Order: sequence, then structure tokens, then C-alpha cells
Amino acid sequence: MAEYQNIFSRVQVRSPAYAGTPLPAGVWKRSGKGFFAYLLGWVGDAQVGPIYLGTLGVASLLCGFLAFEIVGLNMLASVNWSPIQFVRQLPWLALEPPAPSNGLHFPPLNQGGWWLMAGFFMTTSVILWWARMYRRARALGMGTHVAWAFAAAIWLMLVLGFIRPVLMGTFGEAVPFGIFPHLDWVASFSIRYGNLFYCPFHMLSIAFLYGSTLLFAMHAGTILACSRYGVDRELDQITDRGTGAERAALFWRWTMGFNATVESIHRWAWWFAVLCPLVGGIGILLTGTVVDNWYLWAVKHGVAPSYPQVFPTVIDPATLPGAPK
Amino acid sequence: MSPSVLRASILAGVACLVTASCEHPPIDVVQHGYRGVAMGLVYNPRTLAAEQAANVVPEATPQADSDGPPATSVYKNIQVLTDLNVAQFTRIMLAMTAWVAPADQSCAYCHNGADMSSDDNYRKVVARTMLRMVRAINGDWKTHVAQTGVTCYTCHRGKGVPSYVWYHDPGPQSMYPLAGWKAGQNAPAPGVGLASLPNDPFSEYLDDKATNIRVIATTALPEKKGAYTKQAEETYGLMMHMSTALGVNCTYCHNSRSFTSWDSSTPQRATAWYGIRMVRDVNVHYLETLTATFPANRKGTLGDVAKVNCETCHQGVYKPLFGTSMLKDYPELTGSLHPAMATEPAPAAGK
Repeated sequence: MAEYQNIFSRVQVRSPAYAGTPLPAGVWKRSGKGFFAYLLGWVGDAQVGPIYLGTLGVASLLCGFLAFEIVGLNMLASVNWSPIQFVRQLPWLALEPPAPSNGLHFPPLNQGGWWLMAGFFMTTSVILWWARMYRRARALGMGTHVAWAFAAAIWLMLVLGFIRPVLMGTFGEAVPFGIFPHLDWVASFSIRYGNLFYCPFHMLSIAFLYGSTLLFAMHAGTILACSRYGVDRELDQITDRGTGAERAALFWRWTMGFNATVESIHRWAWWFAVLCPLVGGIGILLTGTVVDNWYLWAVKHGVAPSYPQVFPTVIDPATLPGAPK
Repeated sequence: MSPSVLRASILAGVACLVTASCEHPPIDVVQHGYRGVAMGLVYNPRTLAAEQAANVVPEATPQADSDGPPATSVYKNIQVLTDLNVAQFTRIMLAMTAWVAPADQSCAYCHNGADMSSDDNYRKVVARTMLRMVRAINGDWKTHVAQTGVTCYTCHRGKGVPSYVWYHDPGPQSMYPLAGWKAGQNAPAPGVGLASLPNDPFSEYLDDKATNIRVIATTALPEKKGAYTKQAEETYGLMMHMSTALGVNCTYCHNSRSFTSWDSSTPQRATAWYGIRMVRDVNVHYLETLTATFPANRKGTLGDVAKVNCETCHQGVYKPLFGTSMLKDYPELTGSLHPAMATEPAPAAGK
């Protein structure tokens, strides 16, 4: 018998494209009539579109395009408009925030001004996209869980790129736009503030990140394992547990004595995912503003253990009398 | 192409991309701290073999007779090696020729063949300053070079100009005034281990600026204005250089859980601390005094002379020449044995 709707499903169901529920009266209509893509049918629903752009969607895409272009063209200009060097050096290239000494003033265009503009347009784009998600969910009569989950990620982004730099009094404390440069920034940031691994909010964020992957694996594994009993029709199973849901519940009670319900497992997953950037953002916000060295903070509060000395005592040479500068 | 072949090719392609810059196992790890704190020194036995072959010390020539007339009574215009006798002086001149001068030029690389005492050739003037420098390092910087000391060969390795020197480098610049600012970073710069960190940590830290390297807060809570994250990136760049230059990872000197804590650092960190001060001293008090001496073709794009950093001596090895002392075979280069040195305009031990 053919199997249906596992990853790389071998069978694709085809019916006339479904345009969706009727839209309330408004300026925008859905674009396109929808079509089928065989390759997308491997990993998801084969139907593509129609798409609803809407005012917010168009405004968001426009702002996102501007931010993308400002970053990309600055990177291209930094290699003197050489497409070959652009491709070769792309992971190293970046649009840098202004020098720390610039404070919160609007910097010269080519010394951080572009960065500020790119950040503004990216933030606007993301917030417009958030509003679009919220309104599309409402238009479908759905809850707004996806929008609020997205808001958690926006919070972390804003803390890193705007809120914390403003509290620290300079845009120079913000993150550059670039692949390796933002990673180097992260490492330097952690080193400067005495090792972020000792920040309890960073610890929580990691716990929620790893917890998310664990929950994802447990939940997805359970559903895939019981899909032969129809448990992948999860919404039905919330209100009317079938043999699939019963088996899944039994499996977890047998293996660890407790089972989430078909509904509550999604709350677990949602909160773990949302709390990851939420608490991470709190950790970043406190760094430099409230705590200057997380390692010393952890020593002070008994978090960091001490280890036996294995080397002869090492003294900071700068503290010795007559030390060279 | 069938889906399974396509999938396999994509996987193989991704695997190649991901592992292209990795070194294949086995890699040796040597414990370098208390157990369980991940202070391991990582060595690749294959690159180590090549390094050992490239760091063999040339055989020492027989010691010179300690008796004999002072060199100054026979040769003219001796300013540094005034305390040597003729045999010692000749021996060190021959050694320098072997260590520094190209084989086809020999003495003429530095000397005017018609009048060996003449200072016509700029290289002879440079060599004189370098002799002062070597004696000062061996005499005043035992905190870094210990009894191992240095000779010309430590840096030169048979070449007129040592392989690893640096010049002021503003980094690649955009030619366009309106866009493309790189903030002195974001190019795969060799000086910082090909990272996107600031390109030129040397001008900042190993020259007369002697910028403070320490950026990490010394108190748990903010009690005074600390360094910016950007400054931490600059320090990070210098540390990448030191790591590359010595062929070691961070934990050779630091316990990475708190880079700044001296009580959890290794003794090597103190040695490195003096090394940084020694390099500053060498650059400011010796090499840069030769700015007017060097011809333009020996200078950097900004007109500065070649300067030293950790790699100039270390050349990828934790101790230059794997810690073999050449100085014990060449006492002529020992600073401390020569009270005459005290009358030299001794460079302050400062930056």
C-alpha cells in the first residue's frame, strides 16, 4: 500500500487548487490562482499560492529589500564593485556600525550611516511583517500564537541592535551585518563581558534551545511513529482520541510514566521556543548595563566552581614593581 | 538523475564544503591544566613533523680563542662589538654572513669590499643596530628569552630580511567615498589568522601606541567605564596573531573560562606578557630608529620600516627553534657579559 505524507512522500494528492476562504471586503485580492510543484510535494503541500500580499506585506517587502540592498551594495562597494571578490570574500564582508566614539549621533553616511539606515529598514520590515502575520491570523479566525512567537525573536534582535546600544550610549556597541563579522562580534562580546556562559539568562536560553530540539524530536518522532494509525490528524485527535493517540500516550507512560496530551505538547513546544530568545534577550540587555563581568558575578554568587592550582602561582607582571608598560 | 542519486550527490557536496578547511584526524591533545577543564594543547602530528624539519639549528662553528688582541686594535669603526678579540670578532662576522647574507654575496652583502670599515652600505648600519638589539634582548629581556636567548638566526634563518615582518596596514580600502567602509576589518587578513577581525593589530599594540590590550572588566558590576566590544575585537585580533605565530591554541596561556584571570592562567602567559613589551621595545628603540637608513624599497606602503611581531622569531613554534639555544654557542652575542653595554644609550625597558 502506498504511504502518504511522510517526508519525501511517495504519493502526492492532486485536486483542483484551493484558493482559501472568502476574504472580507478590502483593497487587496489574493494574487495568482495557485499551481502545483512536484518537488515541493516531496517535503510539503504541492500547492503553491495564491498568496495574499496586502498593504503590510508590500510595505514590509519594500523595506526588507531596501535593507538587503543597503547591506549588499555596501559589501560590493567594499571590494570595489568586483563581483568575483564579492563572491570570494562574502563570508568576511560586512556593513559595520559606526565607531563607538560616535555615540548616538547620526554618523557620516559611509561611517555607520548606512548601517543605521539598514537597521531602520530591517526593523521596519520585520515589524510590518509581524503586523501582517497578526492580521492574517485574525482574518482566518485563528489565534495569534505565531505572531507572538515571532515577536520573541524580534525582541532579541532589537535588544542586540538597538535597545542595548542605546542604553550603553553608542550605536558602536551594536552588531555588524555580515556572516563572519557578526560571529566574531559575538565571541568578542562574550570575552569582553567575562564569558557569557556564566550569565544565568544565557544558561536558561541554552536550556530552552536544547529543550526545543528535544521536544521537537520527541513530538515529531511520536507522531511519525503513529501516523499509520492516523495520529498525524492531530486536531481531530485533540478532541477525539483515536487508537493512534492512545498508543502514543501509552508509549510515553510506559517509557517515562507521564505523557503530554496531543494539545499540551504544542504548548510545551511553543513556550520552549519562545522562551529561548526571550530570556536570551534579557541576558544581553543586562550585559554591560547591569553586569560587567559574568564570570566574576558567578564567582561572587557561588555559581563558578574553583579548581586546584596545577601551575606555580602566576602573578600579573603589570603589578610587579618596575614592570615595563 | 534518480532522487536517491541526487540526494547522495547533494550530501557529498555539502560534506566536501564543510570539511574542506579541516585537518583530518588523528590530532594529538596534551593536557595542560587541571583535569576536566578542557585546557588541552592541540597538535597535528603531520604539521609538527614539517615544523621540526624546518627548525633545525645550523651546526655551531668552533669556539674562538679567548686570547688575542682586541678587535678594535686591528679593525676600524667598531662600535658595538668593542669587547671582542680579533678571533671572536672574525668568528661572529662569519656566522652573521652564514645566517643573514645570500650565499653569492657573502661579506659584500653589507661591506664595501675596498674598505670593510666603511658605512656606505646601509645594510652595515642596520646590522650594527641589530647587534645592539640582540645584545639588549639577551641582556635585558631575560624575562622573555630566558637563558635560551636569541641570535641573528632566530629571525633571519639564512635570509637578508626575516620571513615574518609587518608594516602599517590600513587594510583593503574601498575607493568609493560614499559606501563600502570596512572599519579596518572584514578582509581575510593573514595577521589575524584569516579572521574578519581588525586587519592590523600590530600598529595598535606592538608599536609606540602601546594600546592597552586588556578589555575585560575587572569587577562583577560596572563600576567604571569599560572597553567597547569593538576594542575586544582588536585584542582578539592580536591574540589570533599570537596563537598563529606560536602554533598554539588559547589554552597554552589562558583558562578560557576567564581569559583575564591571572590565577587561572599558565606561567606561559607571563612570558608572553614580557614578549609583548620586548617586541614594542625592539620596534620603537631599534627598528624605527632606522627609518632614515632603510631605502624606500625596504619600506612599507606608508613609508615605515619592517617591524617584528611574535611570528618573526617563533615562526609557528611555541619556542623559536623548539627551544634550542644557539646563544650558548655564540657568547659574543650575550649582552650581560659585556659591561661595555652599560655605556650604550640603553633603551628603557618601557614600551
